[in-house]
Amino acid sequence: MVDMQRKDTSEQARFRDYCREWLSEHHPGEPEVRIPQSPLEIMTVEQMDYLQRWQKSAYDGGLVGCDYPVEVGGGGRKDLQRIANDEMLRARTPYFPNVIGLGMAAPTVLYHGQDALKQRLLPKLFSGEDIWCQGFSEPGAGSDLASVQTFAQKSGEKWIINGHKVWTSLAHFAEWMIILLRTDKSHKYDGLSYFVVPIKSALGNGVTVKPLIKMTGETGFNEVIFENLEIDDSFRLDELGRGWQVAMTTLLHERGAGDLHVPRAGGLKSRSAHTSNAMSLISLAKELTRDGKRVADDPIIRDRIMRCIIREQGLSENQRRGRVTELLDHPMRIPLQNKLLSSEIAQEIASLAIDIEGAASSLYVGDENAPAGGQWPLAYLNSYGMTIAAGTSEVQRNILGERVLGLAKSK
Amino acid sequence: MSSNTYEFNQDAALLKDSARKFFSEKFPVEKLHELVAQDPTLGRTPQSLWFEELWQEIIELGWPMVAVPESAGGLAMPAVAVAGLVEEFGRAAFPSPMLSTLAATYVLSAADAIGPLEDICSGEAASLAIAGSKDSWGLASTEVTYSNGKLSGTAHYVQDVGKVQKILVSAHSNSDLQLFWVDLRSDGVTLDLDTIVDLTRDQGRVSFHNVEAVPISVKGLSVLAEAMPKIWMLVSADIAGAAEWQLQTTVDYVNTRKQFDKALGFFQAIKHPLVDVMIKVDETRSLLYSMANAVSAAPEKALQLSHMLKASASDLAGFASGRSVQSHGGIGFTWECYVHLYFKRQKHSQMLFGDATWHRARLADILIGPVTA
Ligand SMILES: Cc1cc2nc3c(=O)[nH]c(=O)nc-3n(C[C@H](O)[C@H](O)[C@H](O)COP(=O)(O)OP(=O)(O)OC[C@H]3O[C@@H](n4cnc5c(N)ncnc54)[C@H](O)[C@@H]3O)c2cc1C
Repeated sequence: MVDMQRKDTSEQARFRDYCREWLSEHHPGEPEVRIPQSPLEIMTVEQMDYLQRWQKSAYDGGLVGCDYPVEVGGGGRKDLQRIANDEMLRARTPYFPNVIGLGMAAPTVLYHGQDALKQRLLPKLFSGEDIWCQGFSEPGAGSDLASVQTFAQKSGEKWIINGHKVWTSLAHFAEWMIILLRTDKSHKYDGLSYFVVPIKSALGNGVTVKPLIKMTGETGFNEVIFENLEIDDSFRLDELGRGWQVAMTTLLHERGAGDLHVPRAGGLKSRSAHTSNAMSLISLAKELTRDGKRVADDPIIRDRIMRCIIREQGLSENQRRGRVTELLDHPMRIPLQNKLLSSEIAQEIASLAIDIEGAASSLYVGDENAPAGGQWPLAYLNSYGMTIAAGTSEVQRNILGERVLGLAKSK
Repeated sequence: MSSNTYEFNQDAALLKDSARKFFSEKFPVEKLHELVAQDPTLGRTPQSLWFEELWQEIIELGWPMVAVPESAGGLAMPAVAVAGLVEEFGRAAFPSPMLSTLAATYVLSAADAIGPLEDICSGEAASLAIAGSKDSWGLASTEVTYSNGKLSGTAHYVQDVGKVQKILVSAHSNSDLQLFWVDLRSDGVTLDLDTIVDLTRDQGRVSFHNVEAVPISVKGLSVLAEAMPKIWMLVSADIAGAAEWQLQTTVDYVNTRKQFDKALGFFQAIKHPLVDVMIKVDETRSLLYSMANAVSAAPEKALQLSHMLKASASDLAGFASGRSVQSHGGIGFTWECYVHLYFKRQKHSQMLFGDATWHRARLADILIGPVTA
């Protein structure tokens, strides 16, 4: 933290002080309800209410959307979101529930939407009053996203949508969906167009949302079925047939490689949530024993913990070097690694935590004897969601190999 | 300033850039191969092969004194600038006493040894003679002793010793470990080169037979401990530069060579590991500049960052080397192909001043605390 402060401009330093003061008064405190490990597993209305209230209060306090223009409900400042994020993390606040809105929809709407649409949609997206979801994947279109088939048929000034989206996180709470649709069946890429679609208001009236249960036993993602849903042409982003280009804006931000700093909070420590960084493995290994000694004395475990800590530190130092242009070879080389590395490191950490727990790692959430409330086995299971979602690790390696190293395309 | 989070300023960028141009113009890899790979014979007599004229030019450019403090007439550039420069020596796999001289410089600076630092500014190259034959990364592993004003015994694993004039010797005395500055041409000093795997370096044993020496410090252990993180930084920077060469060279090859009607890079069994090499290069480089920056900006973090850095770099050295040879196929396994030159330099650097497991064990002692009895 000391490091970060040293690099602040005077405007950033003032804003940092402001955030600290604001957070000392407005941190929402321990929730009454169990808060899941990530927003992608929010299941109940009580959880959602608590988190939405927090996001609204942070937005009213000026900590969300700081770098967006004032006209669309932002703070109209430059390079301050990063500071707010630092401070929210430091203060161990809850996370924001509207992750897809903030991380994917907002940059896409900002860069590709008509002014009127931006002004209408973004303020409630920032405040968290409108939850957003992302309708990209379909039963037949996953890694090969451009093969989506959900179809929009033109009918006067309207579009009629039919089709089937799947794995749609947060659709069960969402007011709006960003959606990639086929508007022309004869061109794979140029036949795609991008829209925003009101979901909640159309439930039972062209839209059906069916929850899917994850391997953890949690819900959080859904199937979304469209049957003759009629929407206005003003909900289209960018030109007809430019859906793929618009989707690239979404994906870049989803993978932490976009140019806008996404508002992010988190770190809340409570009975149910846990910190899943590599450093937390040290205390776990000190508490537990094997062969009559602390697990923390086992040389192989020590080595593996250090490997995780080094990888985690390396990733955070990547962000820092990423701001020093003289030390970069290719502008996308570091940004495109973010999603791949953060998900794989989290998986390695959780997998090691399970080895450290030993037999007790068989105990799951709900068992009174489970160490750390069974959060590590849960985190381990959930880590596979993260190496699959938002483009699998294999797809990320293809992208890095092809776009950054210039290796031959594999499609 | 807000766009640049390190002290990596214009001077540092200029230095790095000019080193890169210098080597790409004057020392292409063909020239390296021609110079060091003349004799493939197993069991050949060890030799120190290098372009002394280029080293003279480098002395004139002032690079060997970049890290010497101003008080001794040096350029006193920050560690981030030095890291940037050394990366380019690694990228070129340039045979020279640069790394050794910089390593000696950091020890001499910690000992405030103005005279020897001035020798470096005058163009003399130096190396550390601080390792014993066993347990060589321990700070007190030396088997040299000092008594009645004379040095005796043998120092092992002295880097680039065939290219230097001075050595910095550590020796046990009846008090603490002590440090000395010795001219290799002094009476009673003999040098035997080791036969080593790496063709881009030399290494040797230096024996002392009642040698008179200039004392530098009577607090050898704490002086060495202060300098070591920066020495790990130097080796890591060399590894990072060499690994980027291995990556780019291999990428070029797999983009050109075709099998099954496709460029090799098309196949994910080739593509994905090369992406992993890139990821490891970036991890090492990011840790490198953070560590180097910490030397002045956050000294309390420098030690732990330096262990992270050398652990990361050592793993990178092994991994990038393995992939570079494997992805070249049969040609990559020949003496004629350039990749083995880097493979060997990297394998040397991988264990030099501590391999990855050793550094992770030291890091664990800091972060977890020592193993309880
Ligand atoms: C927790 C979670 C949340 C999600 N949330 C959303 C959401 O909100 N909105 C949304 O639209 N989608 C969401 N998804 C879907 C996600 O984007 C897809 O699951 C993902 O893109 C992979 O597609 P797929 O499931 O069809 O797998 P497939 O594409 O069928 O892949 C199966 C396996 O084959 C591999 N594979 C595929 N193609 C290649 C290739 N070219 N080279 C090498 N290997 C390959 C994959 O890496 C994977 O291992 C979510 C998924 C998860 C797990």
